Amino acid sequence: MTQLALVIDLNVCVGCHACVTNCKEWNTSGSAGPLVDLNPYGKDPTGTFFNRVQTFEVGEFPHTETVHFPKSCLHCEEPPCVPVCPTGASYKRAEDGIVLVDYDKCIGCKYCSWACPYGARELDEHQRVMKKCTLCVDRIYDMRLTAEERRPACVRACPTSARLFGDIHDPESEVSKAIRENGGYQLMPEWGTQPANHYLPRRKTKLRIREDELERADNPLKIDQQLPKPGKAEPSLDDVTSW
Amino acid sequence: MHPAFSVVFLTTLIGAGQGLFLALFTVESYAAFGLLSPQPDDFYALGSAIAFVLLVLGLIASFFHLGHPERAWRAAAKWRTSWLSREVIVLPAFMGLVCLYGCAHWLGLNPVFAQLPSGAPVNLTAVLGSLAWVLAFALYICTGMIYACLKFLREWHTPLTVINYILLGGASGFTLAAALAAAVAPEVMPLLAGWALIITFLGLIGRAATLIRNARLKPKSTLQTAIGVKHPKIMQKSMGLMGGSFNTREFFHGQSRSVLRSVKWLFLVAAFFVPMVLLAIGLSQAAGGVLLAAFVVQYLGLIAERWFFFAQANHPQNLYYQSVA
Repeated sequence: MTQLALVIDLNVCVGCHACVTNCKEWNTSGSAGPLVDLNPYGKDPTGTFFNRVQTFEVGEFPHTETVHFPKSCLHCEEPPCVPVCPTGASYKRAEDGIVLVDYDKCIGCKYCSWACPYGARELDEHQRVMKKCTLCVDRIYDMRLTAEERRPACVRACPTSARLFGDIHDPESEVSKAIRENGGYQLMPEWGTQPANHYLPRRKTKLRIREDELERADNPLKIDQQLPKPGKAEPSLDDVTSW
Repeated sequence: MHPAFSVVFLTTLIGAGQGLFLALFTVESYAAFGLLSPQPDDFYALGSAIAFVLLVLGLIASFFHLGHPERAWRAAAKWRTSWLSREVIVLPAFMGLVCLYGCAHWLGLNPVFAQLPSGAPVNLTAVLGSLAWVLAFALYICTGMIYACLKFLREWHTPLTVINYILLGGASGFTLAAALAAAVAPEVMPLLAGWALIITFLGLIGRAATLIRNARLKPKSTLQTAIGVKHPKIMQKSMGLMGGSFNTREFFHGQSRSVLRSVKWLFLVAAFFVPMVLLAIGLSQAAGGVLLAAFVVQYLGLIAERWFFFAQANHPQNLYYQSVA
């Protein structure tokens, strides 16, 4: 069975909000109606977004790190928002595991948003229905687009390739490998929601070089007492000549 | 959570309506088994009418909670999985039965179908009342479970939530029934006021137990599990937006700790202590006005109680919305 999901690499995300902007652009232009903004130019602008980038500071000065953290619907494998929906407007697709809302059935009771521990759902103040990330379901199956374009808008927009998209149930997929090989994890595992979206942790990239890798201890020239010339301490060609 | 007044009024109004009906049927059951002399049909008819009005008002209040009230009928679809859907089915069914029960009494239409071995008659109102009795409790359970089933809202995720919905609704209903009886059927006033006193006291125990339990809760979700970074010190610098969103409006009550504490003491006094004193006075003096005052104070107290119930629940999504800039 397929479970489409995003894998977000926190080691790579630079917090540029390009995914937020492209998500908003694509999804506000779709057939499902706009993601409405209220007071866009007023005092308290607010609006519906499927995706947000948040910023956290980890550690204590001077040992701090800034973590940019994109957050959207995690398309849980055990979505707590689905069974509580009284109308069946909120559902999880069997064929690809995407959690969707049927805007024509939603009565706007907000109960599903209470049942989501991640705050992934937002009520559209204009359409008065619950909205959330669709994994660009109107885009990823559109055969008029090229294979490269049949990916979610946020993934397409990311300038650092921090966002991967694919089937996490296929062990050979790019996302499964990324999760497996880079310590991919889920958010709030304590609630048993089994989010499909995974995050890759921050990791320090260090080059470790040992002394004996610079100068081989078992270099046969050493056995013959014939050291390579010029010697290590002597100036190299770069130091003595100019071209 | 941000307390929505539509839901505050829905739960308090239908709770009192259910309680009032349960009080009426308690009297009818006592009378049927010969523990009381038969009471006038007016008492039951008038009581059912008041209960029905409370239920209708609650239903109307609930529509203000919906983004699309015209689609509310769809909410009956998923009763297999959703407690909200179950409530949507049970509430109108209960209202219908209360209406029939009240009409049967009002019209004096009460054919006897059978006789119990003890001699108690099985008549139309006994059958309708028994069914409504079951639905009244089913409705309390549905209403309570809507909140109690959300496992990560840990202030709600306890059997005490359901127990309190039953006890607090029952207390206000019995208090109202006592006030009504003082006017229409004075003979049963002591019985109802006595039960109201007992249920209010039990409600106080249940609610206090919940307060004590919730004060000792330790959050399961932390910023560490929320973003998956295992460092003891994490601080949010930006929630990714500055003008507020559904997430900042729906899940924060926006009041200070002192307001919350004041409301807690307000509801403890208004929903429990004052009504118990007034019920005791009304019981000893047989004063209907005092009993009515007890109900009004208790109902206002329960509004505060329900506001606090919502405000106290701390949603884990709030971890993601701690800092604007």
